[in-house]
Amino acid sequence: MNAAPSLPGHGSGGGGLPPVLELKGVSKSFGAVQALYQVDFRVAPGQVMALVGDNGAGKSTLIKCVAGIHPISDGEIFFDGQPVSISGPKDAGRLGIEVVYQDLALADNLDVVQNMFLGREELSSLRRMNETSMEKQATDTLASLSVTTIRSVRQTVAGLSGGQRQSVAVAKAVMWNSKVVILDEPTAALGVAQTRQVLDLVRRLGEQGLAVVIVSHNLHDVFEVADSVTVLRLGQNVAEYRVADVTQTQIVEAITAGQLTKVPGQADAEVVTA
Amino acid sequence: MSAAAPANTPAPTPAAATTAASDGLGDHARRWWADVRAGDLGSLPIFIGLIIIAIVFQSQNDRFLTAGNFVNLIVQSAAFIAIGMGIVFVLLLGEIDLSVGYVSGVAGSLTALLLLPDGADVPAIVAIAAALVAGAAIGTLHGVLITKVGIPSFVVTLAGLIAWNGVVLLLIADRGTIVLQDDLVVGFSNDFLSDATAWIVALVAVAVYAGLLLNERRVRSAASLPTGPTSLTALRIVAFAVLLLAVVGIANQDRGIPFVLVVLAVLFLGWTFVLNRTRFGRHVYAVGGSAEAARRAGIDVDRVKIAVFAICSMMAALGGIILASRLRSVDPGAGGGQILLYSIAAAVIGGTSLFGGRGNVKSAVLGALVIASIDNGLGLLGLSSGTKFVVTGLVLLAAVTVDSVSRKGRAQSGRA
Repeated sequence: MNAAPSLPGHGSGGGGLPPVLELKGVSKSFGAVQALYQVDFRVAPGQVMALVGDNGAGKSTLIKCVAGIHPISDGEIFFDGQPVSISGPKDAGRLGIEVVYQDLALADNLDVVQNMFLGREELSSLRRMNETSMEKQATDTLASLSVTTIRSVRQTVAGLSGGQRQSVAVAKAVMWNSKVVILDEPTAALGVAQTRQVLDLVRRLGEQGLAVVIVSHNLHDVFEVADSVTVLRLGQNVAEYRVADVTQTQIVEAITAGQLTKVPGQADAEVVTA
Repeated sequence: MSAAAPANTPAPTPAAATTAASDGLGDHARRWWADVRAGDLGSLPIFIGLIIIAIVFQSQNDRFLTAGNFVNLIVQSAAFIAIGMGIVFVLLLGEIDLSVGYVSGVAGSLTALLLLPDGADVPAIVAIAAALVAGAAIGTLHGVLITKVGIPSFVVTLAGLIAWNGVVLLLIADRGTIVLQDDLVVGFSNDFLSDATAWIVALVAVAVYAGLLLNERRVRSAASLPTGPTSLTALRIVAFAVLLLAVVGIANQDRGIPFVLVVLAVLFLGWTFVLNRTRFGRHVYAVGGSAEAARRAGIDVDRVKIAVFAICSMMAALGGIILASRLRSVDPGAGGGQILLYSIAAAVIGGTSLFGGRGNVKSAVLGALVIASIDNGLGLLGLSSGTKFVVTGLVLLAAVTVDSVSRKGRAQSGRA
């Protein structure tokens, strides 16, 4: 892996840094359905980038392409400035891209430690798993994220509240020297207090110098934690704003009526700024 | 892991560093009871069941609780324990294998044919290895059909049930019953450890068990992780010692510890290690709990499934050899009868969930003991097969009911 770029100070918004993850002209089609069409997208270290759009705008498809769940049909992905191909979840993990899915992707019957190390269990002699070391690291990671509501890291995930599960999923994502953490609708199913917990957690990730992508329907959440926002509409990137320079109304307009600069089927239509 | 990412830097907040301070035995007992009431029953129903069975049969026939019958019980349940261990793996995935009965028949027939003095006459160890490899190959075939072609395991193994029955007939129907003459194979179920050897093995096992528990405590406290009360560790060691020494003591009053029990003990330890301590075992639980979560964690779900079906069929093959050894012969009916359903019932009665993700190897042992006890006890009472099957069916139903009801309990208390 490349040498990590120097990390920014707290709350810099990552404005000046080169993007750690950059997509150029990425398209994805499922048979006749064009889910993404020539999408450009970038996120820098320390930046919290919100990805918004209506249902079916292609948000989930975009993150699944980055996560290696779907191969892209066209376009290029750059990581730390280098072109990369991501053909599976393991590739994404190796680069330092971690995704926290909407449905969390935790196994209910496993405990917190087992879930956090799932697929990457540490081994000691005799091909045994090193439970002690894993438990210690899991505890430390949760502590570093100030997640204090979990009684025991040896209880099964099934017994945790929605906010606690989300915290475990996020902790799982940041434990691996990750550089980019993508959160898919992290607050969708949560109550007010738990939403607060998770948003605080998201902000801490940005402050710790990670590039954070947060997919959300909830513009209130977006304005609370994000530095920048990318708007997708019908599989295309229709606008990109700094949160400080924009109002909710402008974003809603972009979501519902943002100008489609590129029409599928017409090769490279004239580019108009949104 | 390097400490490059800031997220990694351990910030020793006292709140998370000591998640659960060591507490007394009383607290543990209360927490366990809270778990039970929330539907996390563990092995509790099965122990109660075994006690009820013992009381009922002993009151009807005082031969049930004798040393001789105890040894019989071990030998009678051995094959179901072996096959049940394989079934546990398959059930953990939330799948099913209906072919284990006749796969065990194929393995038994194969062993008998290879050992024929007028035929191949290979060394016993080679015959056994060949039968086990054949079992693993059959399971791999099932696994590939289930994962790569995408046929449900119920259908693949139902086809297997019919086809492998056919293979048993093709192998030995024209020979009728083949009598086993090899000392090693027959000795599995019919030879016994000398009293002294049994005591030594048991004492060594207790010492090793105590050593492992104490070492775990040492490692955990060295890493400043919670260890649980010392009295609980002591209680565990004492309970294990009492159980093991009682088994040896009782068996030694009669013929002694059957050799097959040693084989099963080794397998029990081996598979428990695999399930609880290795990556593969963890992945089996993960796939059974949520195949999608496992896939997104980068686990090769298909490979785990294929390996599990291979293990299941290999254990079925071993069960077939044990059964042949007990009967000292193999006939064209090998693998039929109650073997399939008793083995699956053993795993389920022992507490392995049919819904995947929950269970352990121990459940096959305990469940097979229950089934063999009922079979044995009703036999002592001179009751017909009809009564036996009805009772066994009811016990299975009761066990699955306990599983379903406790799932509901867990769901209500948020632990589903």
